[in-house]
Amino acid sequence: MGKTIAEKILSEKAGKDVIPGEIIVARVDLALVQDGTGPLTVEVFDKFGFKDVKPDKAILFIDHAAPSPRKELSNAHNILRDFAKRTRAMVSDVGEGVSHQIMAEKYVKPGDLLVGADSHTCTGGGLGAFSTGMGSTDLALAFGLGKVWLKVPETFLFELKGKLPEGVYSKDIILHIIGTIGADGATYKAMEFTGEVLEQLSQEARLTISNMAVEAGAKAGLIPTDETTRAYLKAYGRENDFREIKADPDAKYEKVFTIDVSNLEPVVSFPHTVDNTKKISEAKGVKIDQVFIGTCTNGRIEDLRIAASILKGRKKHPDIRLIIVPASRDVYKKALKEGLFDIFIDAGAAIMAPGCGPCVGVHEGVLGDKERVLSTQNRNFLGRMGNPKGEIYLASPATAAASAITGEITDPRDYLQ
Amino acid sequence: MILKGKVWKFGDDISTDHIAPGRYFHLRTNLPELAKHVLEDAREDFASKVEKGDIIVAGRNFGLGSSREHAPRIIKLAGVAAIIAKSFARIFYRNAVNIGLPLIEIKEADEIDEGDVLEIDLANGIVKNTTKGKEYKFVPMPKFMLDVINEGGIENYISKYGDYKI
Repeated sequence: MGKTIAEKILSEKAGKDVIPGEIIVARVDLALVQDGTGPLTVEVFDKFGFKDVKPDKAILFIDHAAPSPRKELSNAHNILRDFAKRTRAMVSDVGEGVSHQIMAEKYVKPGDLLVGADSHTCTGGGLGAFSTGMGSTDLALAFGLGKVWLKVPETFLFELKGKLPEGVYSKDIILHIIGTIGADGATYKAMEFTGEVLEQLSQEARLTISNMAVEAGAKAGLIPTDETTRAYLKAYGRENDFREIKADPDAKYEKVFTIDVSNLEPVVSFPHTVDNTKKISEAKGVKIDQVFIGTCTNGRIEDLRIAASILKGRKKHPDIRLIIVPASRDVYKKALKEGLFDIFIDAGAAIMAPGCGPCVGVHEGVLGDKERVLSTQNRNFLGRMGNPKGEIYLASPATAAASAITGEITDPRDYLQ
Repeated sequence: MILKGKVWKFGDDISTDHIAPGRYFHLRTNLPELAKHVLEDAREDFASKVEKGDIIVAGRNFGLGSSREHAPRIIKLAGVAAIIAKSFARIFYRNAVNIGLPLIEIKEADEIDEGDVLEIDLANGIVKNTTKGKEYKFVPMPKFMLDVINEGGIENYISKYGDYKI
Protein backbone atom coordinates (compact mmCIF):
# COMPACT_ATOMS: atom_id res chain seq x y z
CA MET A 1 0.00 0.00 0.00
CA GLY A 2 1.23 3.50 -0.79
CA LYS A 3 2.55 5.71 1.95
CA THR A 4 2.26 9.37 2.84
CA ILE A 5 5.44 11.32 3.62
CA ALA A 6 4.88 10.86 7.37
CA GLU A 7 4.41 7.09 7.00
CA LYS A 8 7.50 6.78 4.80
CA ILE A 9 9.86 8.60 7.13
CA LEU A 10 8.48 6.96 10.27
CA SER A 11 8.75 3.50 8.67
CA GLU A 12 12.43 4.17 8.07
CA LYS A 13 13.01 5.40 11.59
CA ALA A 14 11.07 2.53 13.18
CA GLY A 15 12.77 -0.05 10.97
CA LYS A 16 9.45 -1.56 9.88
CA ASP A 17 6.31 -0.71 7.89
CA VAL A 18 4.15 1.47 10.10
CA ILE A 19 0.46 2.21 9.86
CA PRO A 20 -1.50 5.22 11.16
CA GLY A 21 -2.64 4.85 14.77
CA GLU A 22 0.19 2.49 15.68
CA ILE A 23 2.52 3.40 18.56
CA ILE A 24 6.14 2.98 17.55
CA VAL A 25 9.63 3.58 18.85
CA ALA A 26 11.58 5.67 16.35
CA ARG A 27 15.26 6.52 16.00
CA VAL A 28 15.96 10.23 16.32
CA ASP A 29 18.43 11.99 14.00
CA LEU A 30 18.32 15.46 15.49
CA ALA A 31 17.10 16.72 18.85
CA LEU A 32 16.77 20.24 20.17
CA VAL A 33 15.70 22.10 23.28
CA GLN A 34 15.57 25.82 24.02
CA ASP A 35 16.14 27.98 27.07
CA GLY A 36 12.52 27.68 28.21
CA THR A 37 12.32 23.89 28.00
CA GLY A 38 15.98 22.81 28.14
CA PRO A 39 16.73 23.20 31.87
CA LEU A 40 13.97 20.69 32.67
CA THR A 41 15.38 18.34 30.01
CA VAL A 42 18.80 18.53 31.67
CA GLU A 43 17.26 17.85 35.09
CA VAL A 44 15.40 14.75 33.84
CA PHE A 45 18.42 13.56 31.80
CA ASP A 46 20.55 13.67 34.95
CA LYS A 47 17.86 11.92 37.00
CA PHE A 48 17.94 9.02 34.52
CA GLY A 49 21.72 8.89 34.98
CA PHE A 50 22.44 9.26 31.26
CA LYS A 51 26.03 10.27 30.57
CA ASP A 52 26.01 11.43 26.96
CA VAL A 53 23.67 12.26 24.09
CA LYS A 54 22.91 9.66 21.42
CA PRO A 55 21.46 11.52 18.36
CA ASP A 56 23.80 12.74 15.59
CA LYS A 57 23.11 16.25 16.76
CA ALA A 58 21.67 17.37 20.08
CA ILE A 59 21.48 21.14 20.28
CA LEU A 60 20.56 23.49 23.12
CA PHE A 61 19.33 26.82 21.75
CA ILE A 62 19.45 29.97 23.82
CA ASP A 63 16.93 31.96 21.80
CA HIS A 64 13.76 32.70 23.79
CA ALA A 65 15.26 35.17 26.24
CA ALA A 66 18.56 36.04 24.61
CA PRO A 67 20.37 38.09 25.80
CA SER A 68 18.95 37.30 29.23
CA PRO A 69 16.72 39.99 30.75
CA ARG A 70 16.98 38.69 34.35
CA LYS A 71 19.12 36.62 36.70
CA GLU A 72 16.85 33.56 36.89
CA LEU A 73 17.11 33.20 33.11
CA SER A 74 20.86 33.84 33.12
CA ASN A 75 21.14 30.90 35.52
CA ALA A 76 18.89 28.80 33.29
CA HIS A 77 21.16 29.60 30.35
CA ASN A 78 24.17 28.43 32.33
CA ILE A 79 22.50 25.06 32.97
CA LEU A 80 22.44 24.58 29.18
CA ARG A 81 26.01 25.82 28.68
CA ASP A 82 27.31 23.48 31.40
CA PHE A 83 25.43 20.53 29.86
CA ALA A 84 27.07 21.20 26.49
CA LYS A 85 30.48 21.16 28.16
CA ARG A 86 30.01 17.73 29.73
CA THR A 87 28.31 15.99 26.77
CA ARG A 88 28.50 15.88 22.96
CA ALA A 89 25.55 18.28 22.82
CA MET A 90 26.15 21.71 21.31
CA VAL A 91 24.95 25.05 22.54
CA SER A 92 23.70 27.77 20.21
CA ASP A 93 24.22 30.90 22.24
CA VAL A 94 23.08 34.53 22.37
CA GLY A 95 23.25 36.18 18.96
CA GLU A 96 22.91 33.00 16.87
CA GLY A 97 19.15 33.18 16.51
CA VAL A 98 15.98 31.06 16.61
CA SER A 99 16.40 27.28 16.73
CA HIS A 100 14.10 26.51 13.81
CA GLN A 101 15.82 28.90 11.43
CA ILE A 102 19.28 27.62 12.36
CA MET A 103 18.11 24.01 11.99
CA ALA A 104 16.88 24.85 8.47
CA GLU A 105 20.11 26.62 7.52
CA LYS A 106 22.60 24.15 8.99
CA TYR A 107 21.28 20.83 10.15
CA VAL A 108 17.92 19.38 9.16
CA LYS A 109 17.93 17.11 6.10
CA PRO A 110 15.08 15.74 4.01
CA GLY A 111 14.01 12.39 5.48
CA ASP A 112 15.30 13.14 9.00
CA LEU A 113 13.38 12.63 12.21
CA LEU A 114 13.83 15.83 14.21
CA VAL A 115 12.27 16.18 17.64
CA GLY A 116 12.37 19.39 19.62
CA ALA A 117 11.14 20.68 22.95
CA ASP A 118 9.50 23.56 21.15
CA SER A 119 6.13 23.38 19.45
CA HIS A 120 7.35 25.10 16.27
CA THR A 121 9.85 22.33 15.59
CA CYS A 122 7.35 21.42 12.85
CA THR A 123 9.15 24.08 10.75
CA GLY A 124 11.56 21.36 9.56
CA GLY A 125 8.71 19.72 7.62
CA GLY A 126 9.28 22.41 5.00
CA LEU A 127 12.53 20.62 4.10
CA GLY A 128 10.90 17.18 3.92
CA ALA A 129 11.84 16.07 7.45
CA PHE A 130 9.43 14.55 9.97
CA SER A 131 9.91 17.29 12.47
CA THR A 132 7.75 17.65 15.55
CA GLY A 133 7.50 19.30 18.94
CA MET A 134 7.27 17.50 22.25
CA GLY A 135 8.11 18.05 25.92
CA SER A 136 11.22 18.35 28.03
CA THR A 137 11.04 14.77 29.35
CA ASP A 138 10.65 13.41 25.81
CA LEU A 139 13.79 15.29 24.86
CA ALA A 140 15.69 13.94 27.88
CA LEU A 141 14.84 10.47 26.55
CA ALA A 142 15.63 11.43 22.96
CA PHE A 143 19.01 12.75 24.15
CA GLY A 144 19.76 9.73 26.35
CA LEU A 145 18.27 6.83 24.37
CA GLY A 146 18.41 8.30 20.85
CA LYS A 147 14.78 7.32 20.31
CA VAL A 148 11.25 8.42 21.15
CA TRP A 149 7.80 6.86 21.28
CA LEU A 150 5.41 8.17 18.63
CA LYS A 151 1.88 7.50 17.52
CA VAL A 152 1.90 7.33 13.72
CA PRO A 153 -0.44 10.10 12.54
CA GLU A 154 -3.07 9.91 9.84
CA THR A 155 -2.39 12.50 7.12
CA PHE A 156 -4.51 15.36 5.81
CA LEU A 157 -3.51 16.43 2.31
CA PHE A 158 -3.76 20.10 1.29
CA GLU A 159 -3.71 20.64 -2.48
CA LEU A 160 -2.75 24.24 -3.14
CA LYS A 161 -4.07 25.34 -6.53
CA GLY A 162 -4.09 28.50 -8.62
CA LYS A 163 -1.76 31.48 -8.80
CA LEU A 164 -0.82 33.45 -5.71
CA PRO A 165 -1.78 37.12 -6.27
CA GLU A 166 0.63 39.99 -5.76
CA GLY A 167 0.83 41.14 -2.13
CA VAL A 168 -0.36 37.77 -0.85
CA TYR A 169 2.19 35.42 0.69
CA SER A 170 2.62 31.96 2.16
CA LYS A 171 1.74 33.43 5.58
CA ASP A 172 -1.65 34.41 4.18
CA ILE A 173 -2.13 30.89 2.79
CA ILE A 174 -1.48 29.18 6.10
CA LEU A 175 -3.54 31.71 8.09
CA HIS A 176 -6.36 31.13 5.62
CA ILE A 177 -6.09 27.35 6.03
CA ILE A 178 -6.10 27.58 9.84
CA GLY A 179 -9.04 29.98 9.71
CA THR A 180 -10.87 27.48 7.53
CA ILE A 181 -10.21 24.22 9.38
CA GLY A 182 -9.86 25.71 12.89
CA ALA A 183 -7.13 25.75 15.54
CA ASP A 184 -7.89 22.09 16.23
CA GLY A 185 -8.75 21.18 12.63
CA ALA A 186 -5.73 18.88 12.23
CA THR A 187 -5.16 17.78 15.84
CA TYR A 188 -2.94 14.67 16.08
CA LYS A 189 -2.65 14.58 12.24
CA ALA A 190 0.19 15.18 9.84
CA MET A 191 -0.53 17.94 7.34
CA GLU A 192 1.01 17.35 3.90
CA PHE A 193 1.06 20.08 1.28
CA THR A 194 1.13 19.62 -2.47
CA GLY A 195 0.05 21.35 -5.67
CA GLU A 196 1.17 23.90 -8.22
CA VAL A 197 1.39 26.74 -5.69
CA LEU A 198 4.44 25.11 -4.10
CA GLU A 199 6.35 25.82 -7.32
CA GLN A 200 5.59 29.52 -6.81
CA LEU A 201 6.93 29.47 -3.26
CA SER A 202 10.57 29.84 -2.27
CA GLN A 203 12.04 27.47 0.31
CA GLU A 204 11.80 30.23 2.91
CA ALA A 205 8.12 30.80 2.14
CA ARG A 206 7.50 27.04 2.51
CA LEU A 207 9.08 27.03 5.96
CA THR A 208 6.46 29.59 7.05
CA ILE A 209 3.69 27.15 6.12
CA SER A 210 5.25 24.19 7.95
CA ASN A 211 6.02 26.41 10.95
CA MET A 212 2.33 27.04 11.53
CA ALA A 213 1.08 23.45 11.15
CA VAL A 214 0.95 23.20 14.95
CA GLU A 215 -1.48 26.14 15.00
CA ALA A 216 -4.01 23.80 13.36
CA GLY A 217 -3.14 21.20 16.00
CA ALA A 218 -0.98 19.12 13.66
CA LYS A 219 1.98 16.98 14.57
CA ALA A 220 3.91 17.81 11.40
CA GLY A 221 3.63 20.04 8.33
CA LEU A 222 5.24 18.13 5.50
CA ILE A 223 6.26 19.50 2.10
CA PRO A 224 7.79 17.27 -0.59
CA THR A 225 11.31 18.15 -1.68
CA ASP A 226 12.20 19.40 -5.17
CA GLU A 227 14.77 21.51 -7.00
CA THR A 228 13.88 24.51 -4.82
CA THR A 229 14.83 22.46 -1.75
CA ARG A 230 18.06 21.37 -3.41
CA ALA A 231 18.99 24.96 -4.31
CA TYR A 232 18.32 26.12 -0.73
CA LEU A 233 20.54 23.41 0.73
CA LYS A 234 23.21 24.15 -1.87
CA ALA A 235 23.21 27.85 -0.94
CA TYR A 236 24.13 26.76 2.59
CA GLY A 237 26.83 24.37 1.34
CA ARG A 238 24.66 21.32 2.00
CA GLU A 239 23.73 20.04 -1.46
CA ASN A 240 24.81 16.54 -0.39
CA ASP A 241 22.07 16.59 2.24
CA PHE A 242 19.41 16.69 -0.49
CA ARG A 243 17.16 13.69 -0.95
CA GLU A 244 13.90 13.30 -2.79
CA ILE A 245 11.02 12.97 -0.36
CA LYS A 246 7.49 12.60 -1.66
CA ALA A 247 4.39 10.57 -0.99
CA ASP A 248 3.56 7.48 -3.04
CA PRO A 249 0.97 8.17 -5.77
CA ASP A 250 -1.40 5.70 -4.09
CA ALA A 251 -0.85 7.04 -0.56
CA LYS A 252 -3.97 7.02 1.60
CA TYR A 253 -5.10 10.30 3.13
CA GLU A 254 -7.71 10.64 5.84
CA LYS A 255 -8.94 13.87 4.24
CA VAL A 256 -8.06 15.92 1.18
CA PHE A 257 -8.57 19.69 1.11
CA THR A 258 -8.30 21.69 -2.09
CA ILE A 259 -7.38 25.33 -1.56
CA ASP A 260 -7.49 27.74 -4.50
CA VAL A 261 -5.24 30.70 -3.70
CA SER A 262 -6.01 32.74 -6.84
CA ASN A 263 -8.50 35.03 -5.12
CA LEU A 264 -6.88 35.08 -1.71
CA GLU A 265 -6.52 38.44 0.02
CA PRO A 266 -4.00 39.24 2.75
CA VAL A 267 -5.25 37.62 6.00
CA VAL A 268 -5.11 38.85 9.60
CA SER A 269 -5.70 36.74 12.74
CA PHE A 270 -7.59 38.65 15.43
CA PRO A 271 -7.20 38.01 19.17
CA HIS A 272 -7.03 35.54 20.88
CA THR A 273 -6.85 32.47 18.64
CA VAL A 274 -5.02 31.95 15.37
CA ASP A 275 -8.16 30.67 13.63
CA ASN A 276 -9.97 33.96 14.27
CA THR A 277 -9.04 35.18 10.79
CA LYS A 278 -10.39 38.05 8.69
CA LYS A 279 -9.62 39.22 5.19
CA ILE A 280 -7.67 42.46 5.05
CA SER A 281 -10.75 44.22 3.64
CA GLU A 282 -12.56 43.41 6.92
CA ALA A 283 -9.52 43.96 9.14
CA LYS A 284 -8.11 47.27 7.99
CA GLY A 285 -8.41 50.36 10.13
CA VAL A 286 -7.76 48.68 13.51
CA LYS A 287 -5.39 51.05 15.39
CA ILE A 288 -2.16 49.50 16.64
CA ASP A 289 0.59 50.47 19.09
CA GLN A 290 3.41 48.20 18.00
CA VAL A 291 4.53 46.29 14.93
CA PHE A 292 6.87 43.32 15.24
CA ILE A 293 8.58 41.76 12.24
CA GLY A 294 10.58 38.61 12.97
CA THR A 295 10.36 35.09 14.52
CA CYS A 296 10.71 31.52 13.25
CA THR A 297 7.59 32.21 11.18
CA ASN A 298 8.64 35.33 9.32
CA GLY A 299 12.08 36.56 10.33
CA ARG A 300 13.93 35.26 7.28
CA ILE A 301 15.85 37.37 4.76
CA GLU A 302 13.05 37.21 2.20
CA ASP A 303 10.62 38.53 4.85
CA LEU A 304 12.93 41.41 5.69
CA ARG A 305 13.37 42.21 1.98
CA ILE A 306 9.59 42.40 1.56
CA ALA A 307 9.26 44.65 4.62
CA ALA A 308 12.13 46.86 3.40
CA SER A 309 10.59 47.23 -0.06
CA ILE A 310 7.50 48.75 1.58
CA LEU A 311 9.33 50.82 4.22
CA LYS A 312 11.94 52.22 1.81
CA GLY A 313 11.92 56.02 1.92
CA ARG A 314 9.02 56.01 4.38
CA LYS A 315 8.66 56.53 8.11
CA LYS A 316 6.78 54.51 10.65
CA HIS A 317 3.75 56.21 12.15
CA PRO A 318 4.90 58.40 15.08
CA ASP A 319 2.50 56.71 17.53
CA ILE A 320 3.80 53.18 17.08
CA ARG A 321 6.97 51.23 17.89
CA LEU A 322 8.45 49.17 15.07
CA ILE A 323 10.57 46.24 16.27
CA ILE A 324 12.53 44.09 13.83
CA VAL A 325 14.34 40.88 14.84
CA PRO A 326 16.19 38.84 12.20
CA ALA A 327 15.69 35.12 12.83
CA SER A 328 19.38 34.19 12.67
CA ARG A 329 22.90 35.56 12.47
CA ASP A 330 22.94 34.66 8.77
CA VAL A 331 19.74 36.65 8.16
CA TYR A 332 21.15 39.53 10.21
CA LYS A 333 24.36 39.62 8.20
CA LYS A 334 22.57 39.47 4.86
CA ALA A 335 20.15 42.23 5.87
CA LEU A 336 23.06 44.40 6.93
CA LYS A 337 24.98 43.76 3.69
CA GLU A 338 21.98 44.43 1.50
CA GLY A 339 21.35 47.79 3.15
CA LEU A 340 18.03 46.74 4.67
CA PHE A 341 19.08 48.00 8.10
CA ASP A 342 19.56 51.50 6.64
CA ILE A 343 15.98 51.40 5.39
CA PHE A 344 14.66 50.12 8.74
CA ILE A 345 16.68 52.60 10.80
CA ASP A 346 15.59 55.51 8.61
CA ALA A 347 12.00 54.33 8.96
CA GLY A 348 12.35 54.53 12.74
CA ALA A 349 12.67 50.84 13.61
CA ALA A 350 14.42 49.27 16.60
CA ILE A 351 16.51 46.32 15.38
CA MET A 352 17.29 43.63 17.95
CA ALA A 353 19.76 40.74 18.10
CA PRO A 354 18.72 37.49 16.35
CA GLY A 355 16.34 35.43 18.49
CA CYS A 356 12.66 35.03 19.35
CA GLY A 357 12.30 38.72 20.23
CA PRO A 358 9.08 39.77 21.99
CA CYS A 359 7.06 36.77 20.70
CA VAL A 360 7.31 34.81 23.96
CA GLY A 361 6.51 37.72 26.28
CA VAL A 362 9.76 37.89 28.24
CA HIS A 363 11.55 40.87 26.74
CA GLU A 364 12.12 43.26 23.82
CA GLY A 365 8.61 44.63 23.50
CA VAL A 366 6.18 43.40 26.19
CA LEU A 367 2.76 44.96 25.63
CA GLY A 368 1.18 47.57 27.91
CA ASP A 369 -2.42 47.31 29.09
CA LYS A 370 -4.97 47.67 26.28
CA GLU A 371 -2.19 47.84 23.69
CA ARG A 372 -2.42 46.15 20.30
CA VAL A 373 0.45 44.66 18.37
CA LEU A 374 0.49 43.51 14.77
CA SER A 375 3.08 40.75 14.57
CA THR A 376 4.48 38.38 11.97
CA GLN A 377 4.71 35.62 14.61
CA ASN A 378 2.58 32.47 14.68
CA ARG A 379 0.51 32.76 17.82
CA ASN A 380 -1.81 35.33 19.43
CA PHE A 381 -3.06 33.67 22.61
CA LEU A 382 -4.15 35.81 25.54
CA GLY A 383 -1.03 36.82 27.46
CA ARG A 384 1.37 35.42 24.89
CA MET A 385 3.41 38.62 24.65
CA GLY A 386 3.67 39.11 28.39
CA ASN A 387 0.41 40.90 29.17
CA PRO A 388 -3.08 39.34 29.24
CA LYS A 389 -4.47 42.87 28.89
CA GLY A 390 -2.85 43.27 25.47
CA GLU A 391 -4.09 42.15 22.06
CA ILE A 392 -2.10 40.35 19.36
CA TYR A 393 -2.93 40.43 15.64
CA LEU A 394 -1.05 38.20 13.17
CA ALA A 395 -0.19 38.93 9.54
CA SER A 396 2.48 38.73 6.85
CA PRO A 397 5.62 40.90 6.87
CA ALA A 398 4.11 42.99 4.03
CA THR A 399 0.94 43.70 6.00
CA ALA A 400 3.04 44.44 9.10
CA ALA A 401 5.29 46.88 7.23
CA ALA A 402 2.39 48.72 5.58
CA SER A 403 0.60 48.94 8.93
CA ALA A 404 3.72 50.36 10.59
CA ILE A 405 3.51 53.32 8.20
CA THR A 406 -0.13 54.13 8.85
CA GLY A 407 -0.45 53.10 12.52
CA GLU A 408 -3.46 50.91 11.71
CA ILE A 409 -3.98 47.56 10.02
CA THR A 410 -3.40 48.30 6.34
CA ASP A 411 -3.63 46.45 3.02
CA PRO A 412 -0.02 46.01 1.84
CA ARG A 413 -1.17 46.06 -1.78
CA ASP A 414 -1.61 49.85 -1.41
CA TYR A 415 2.17 50.09 -1.00
CA LEU A 416 3.49 47.71 -3.65
CA GLN A 417 5.67 49.36 -6.27
CA MET B 1 -7.20 3.04 38.91
CA ILE B 2 -10.30 4.87 40.17
CA LEU B 3 -10.06 8.63 40.63
CA LYS B 4 -12.62 10.59 42.57
CA GLY B 5 -12.81 14.36 42.83
CA LYS B 6 -14.80 17.54 42.44
CA VAL B 7 -14.96 19.55 39.25
CA TRP B 8 -13.44 22.87 38.19
CA LYS B 9 -14.98 24.01 34.92
CA PHE B 10 -13.15 25.74 32.04
CA GLY B 11 -14.15 26.70 28.51
CA ASP B 12 -12.71 26.07 25.02
CA ASP B 13 -9.15 26.83 23.83
CA ILE B 14 -7.39 26.99 27.20
CA SER B 15 -3.82 27.55 25.97
CA THR B 16 -0.48 26.89 27.63
CA ASP B 17 -0.27 30.67 28.00
CA HIS B 18 -3.40 30.55 30.21
CA ILE B 19 -1.87 27.68 32.18
CA ALA B 20 1.75 28.85 32.51
CA PRO B 21 1.90 32.49 31.33
CA GLY B 22 4.97 33.72 29.47
CA ARG B 23 5.46 36.55 31.95
CA TYR B 24 6.52 33.87 34.48
CA PHE B 25 9.06 32.42 32.04
CA HIS B 26 11.78 32.95 34.65
CA LEU B 27 9.96 30.64 37.10
CA ARG B 28 10.23 27.61 34.84
CA THR B 29 13.23 26.42 36.84
CA ASN B 30 11.12 26.80 40.03
CA LEU B 31 7.97 24.72 39.50
CA PRO B 32 6.46 25.17 43.01
CA GLU B 33 6.56 28.96 42.50
CA LEU B 34 5.23 28.68 38.94
CA ALA B 35 2.40 26.45 40.24
CA LYS B 36 1.15 29.39 42.33
CA HIS B 37 0.16 31.00 38.99
CA VAL B 38 -1.33 27.91 37.35
CA LEU B 39 -4.25 28.80 35.04
CA GLU B 40 -4.09 32.37 36.34
CA ASP B 41 -5.12 33.93 33.04
CA ALA B 42 -8.20 31.70 32.79
CA ARG B 43 -9.31 31.90 36.47
CA GLU B 44 -7.46 34.07 38.89
CA ASP B 45 -8.60 32.20 42.03
CA PHE B 46 -7.86 28.70 40.77
CA ALA B 47 -4.33 28.26 42.17
CA SER B 48 -5.32 29.38 45.67
CA LYS B 49 -8.51 27.32 45.88
CA VAL B 50 -7.80 24.06 44.04
CA GLU B 51 -7.59 21.02 46.32
CA LYS B 52 -5.80 17.71 46.00
CA GLY B 53 -7.79 15.27 43.90
CA ASP B 54 -9.85 17.91 42.07
CA ILE B 55 -10.68 17.32 38.42
CA ILE B 56 -10.60 19.89 35.61
CA VAL B 57 -13.38 19.68 33.02
CA ALA B 58 -12.96 21.79 29.89
CA GLY B 59 -14.18 22.27 26.33
CA ARG B 60 -12.31 21.87 23.04
CA ASN B 61 -8.57 21.90 22.41
CA PHE B 62 -7.36 22.08 26.00
CA GLY B 63 -3.64 22.85 26.25
CA LEU B 64 -3.11 24.26 22.78
CA GLY B 65 0.08 26.10 22.07
CA SER B 66 3.57 25.71 23.35
CA SER B 67 5.47 22.51 24.13
CA ARG B 68 6.11 23.67 27.70
CA GLU B 69 5.82 20.54 29.81
CA HIS B 70 5.70 22.91 32.77
CA ALA B 71 1.99 23.39 31.93
CA PRO B 72 0.78 19.85 32.81
CA ARG B 73 3.44 19.59 35.52
CA ILE B 74 2.11 22.57 37.48
CA ILE B 75 -1.48 21.39 37.04
CA LYS B 76 -0.43 18.07 38.60
CA LEU B 77 1.65 19.83 41.24
CA ALA B 78 -1.40 21.92 42.19
CA GLY B 79 -3.15 18.64 43.09
CA VAL B 80 -5.32 18.04 40.03
CA ALA B 81 -5.94 14.30 39.60
CA ALA B 82 -7.19 14.28 35.99
CA ILE B 83 -8.41 16.51 33.17
CA ILE B 84 -11.54 15.80 31.17
CA ALA B 85 -12.11 17.76 27.96
CA LYS B 86 -13.94 17.51 24.65
CA SER B 87 -10.49 17.41 23.04
CA PHE B 88 -6.84 18.06 23.86
CA ALA B 89 -4.00 19.63 21.92
CA ARG B 90 -1.43 17.06 20.89
CA ILE B 91 1.75 18.12 22.69
CA PHE B 92 -0.13 18.81 25.92
CA TYR B 93 -1.67 15.34 25.74
CA ARG B 94 1.71 13.72 25.20
CA ASN B 95 3.35 15.70 28.00
CA ALA B 96 0.54 14.80 30.40
CA VAL B 97 0.97 11.08 29.64
CA ASN B 98 4.72 11.38 30.16
CA ILE B 99 4.32 13.01 33.57
CA GLY B 100 1.52 10.65 34.64
CA LEU B 101 -1.44 13.04 34.55
CA PRO B 102 -4.52 11.21 33.18
CA LEU B 103 -6.49 12.92 30.38
CA ILE B 104 -9.94 11.83 29.28
CA GLU B 105 -11.77 12.89 26.14
CA ILE B 106 -15.55 12.89 26.35
CA LYS B 107 -17.85 14.75 23.99
CA GLU B 108 -20.45 15.38 26.73
CA ALA B 109 -18.12 17.50 28.90
CA ASP B 110 -20.70 20.34 28.73
CA GLU B 111 -23.15 18.27 30.81
CA ILE B 112 -20.74 18.35 33.76
CA ASP B 113 -20.94 21.39 36.04
CA GLU B 114 -18.58 23.10 38.46
CA GLY B 115 -18.60 21.34 41.85
CA ASP B 116 -20.00 18.03 40.53
CA VAL B 117 -18.26 14.99 41.98
CA LEU B 118 -16.87 12.50 39.45
CA GLU B 119 -15.49 8.98 39.60
CA ILE B 120 -13.15 7.97 36.79
CA ASP B 121 -12.27 4.38 35.92
CA LEU B 122 -9.28 4.79 33.61
CA ALA B 123 -8.78 1.18 32.57
CA ASN B 124 -12.44 0.52 31.75
CA GLY B 125 -13.17 3.95 30.28
CA ILE B 126 -16.02 5.11 32.52
CA VAL B 127 -16.74 8.54 34.04
CA LYS B 128 -19.50 8.58 36.67
CA ASN B 129 -21.04 11.89 37.67
CA THR B 130 -22.20 10.94 41.18
CA THR B 131 -23.78 14.38 41.72
CA LYS B 132 -26.01 14.07 38.65
CA GLY B 133 -26.28 10.29 38.50
CA LYS B 134 -24.97 10.15 34.94
CA GLU B 135 -22.36 7.92 33.36
CA TYR B 136 -20.15 8.43 30.30
CA LYS B 137 -17.98 5.98 28.39
CA PHE B 138 -14.64 6.89 26.83
CA VAL B 139 -12.07 4.98 24.81
CA PRO B 140 -9.29 4.01 27.24
CA MET B 141 -5.77 5.06 26.32
CA PRO B 142 -3.69 2.58 24.31
CA LYS B 143 -1.91 0.05 26.54
CA PHE B 144 1.51 1.72 26.37
CA MET B 145 0.14 5.09 27.49
CA LEU B 146 -1.94 3.49 30.24
CA ASP B 147 1.15 1.63 31.46
CA VAL B 148 3.02 4.94 31.64
CA ILE B 149 0.14 6.57 33.56
CA ASN B 150 -0.06 3.62 35.94
CA GLU B 151 3.66 3.91 36.69
CA GLY B 152 3.11 7.59 37.51
CA GLY B 153 4.92 8.84 34.42
CA ILE B 154 7.63 7.90 31.95
CA GLU B 155 10.44 8.62 34.41
CA ASN B 156 9.27 5.75 36.62
CA TYR B 157 8.37 3.66 33.58
CA ILE B 158 11.85 3.87 32.03
CA SER B 159 13.52 3.44 35.42
CA LYS B 160 11.55 0.21 35.82
CA TYR B 161 11.81 -1.23 32.29
CA GLY B 162 14.98 0.49 31.03
CA ASP B 163 13.39 1.12 27.62
CA TYR B 164 10.05 1.64 25.85
CA LYS B 165 8.16 -1.68 25.96
CA ILE B 166 6.01 -1.45 22.83
